[in-house]
Amino acid sequence: MSTFIGDWHALAILFVAGVIPNQIWRMLGLWFGGGIDENSELLVWVRAVATAILAGIIAQIVVQPPGALASVPDWLRYGAVAAGFVAFMLARKSIFAGVIVGEVVMIAGKYWLG
Amino acid sequence: MALPPLDSPQWQTSFRAFLWGARSIGATVLTLVLFATYLGIGALAHDSGFSLGWTLASTAFVWAGPAQIIVITTLGSGATVLQSAIAVTVSAIRLFPMVVSVLPLMRTEQTKRRHLILVAHLTAVTLWVECYRFLPQVPRNRRIAFIHGLGLGLVSVCLIANTIGYTLAANLTPLLAAGMLMLTPLAFLFSTARNCRELADVIALVLGLLLFPLAAMLNSGVDILVSGVVAGTIAYGVHRARAGIVRARA
Repeated sequence: MSTFIGDWHALAILFVAGVIPNQIWRMLGLWFGGGIDENSELLVWVRAVATAILAGIIAQIVVQPPGALASVPDWLRYGAVAAGFVAFMLARKSIFAGVIVGEVVMIAGKYWLG
Repeated sequence: MALPPLDSPQWQTSFRAFLWGARSIGATVLTLVLFATYLGIGALAHDSGFSLGWTLASTAFVWAGPAQIIVITTLGSGATVLQSAIAVTVSAIRLFPMVVSVLPLMRTEQTKRRHLILVAHLTAVTLWVECYRFLPQVPRNRRIAFIHGLGLGLVSVCLIANTIGYTLAANLTPLLAAGMLMLTPLAFLFSTARNCRELADVIALVLGLLLFPLAAMLNSGVDILVSGVVAGTIAYGVHRARAGIVRARA
């Protein structure tokens, strides 16, 4: 057993807990997605649900933060997202501007709070 | 970097299209964002006691940031394999509509299902978003090769980021670690917002954000699924109602 791989048991768990439950949805999409027209009404709904699920994951990380992010107060996390969004809109929908401003506001705020 | 025009001889071979795809990782800020996200995942895996090989395998075979973060945090904090698998399954449902909506963009009459297996595997939020941006500039019969290049290029960037993050983990201060974790929601939010093409997309995004805290109160274990389906369906309803009004006026 090398230190690079570590425990083979952990690798087996990765496949059962992570790889299979994840890949199953891609393969279902591949299997059932055939023959669906890209402009069909069904796809408009499916895309709306995909977007809303992603929005839910974004909200989850900000509202129920993992690990080190939990040490940042709620209002500062929400404020950082809001500031990032303002920058995103002002910079004509620049992802880069939004991310940088959000990060700077949160890190500077946390640094200032100590 | 600009892609060659659709009728350029640059698109004559699949291999060239693959290389153009791989080079396109340099044409998107999302590559930087992915790099930072996977730097964070590498650090998280290190601190949770996983090996570097395990971390790289999770990136290569799972290839979905939220699912990887769930596996690492749940298994690292002592959840059972089953609990972890259920959480991942729920987080990964979004991949189904992504794959369904992306594949028609590159399907031709000659395309067999097996030609699309690697594309389906590579489909994750970044690739999904970039397909809509890049593929109109790529001839339809070269799109699969292009996406293979783009997707495998992005995977390579993330494997490198994992390795660096894993190695740096010991030196990350809590402040920088928090900043690292915040990159994921910020990057996902703005990349999704930029790619809203129709009113339905905007409503789905905004309602999805707002409904999650409400759905979380149910504590159902599938909160994201509940808020996602409800918000997405409302957005679709608005889209239908609006289309009806436009038709009625015409």
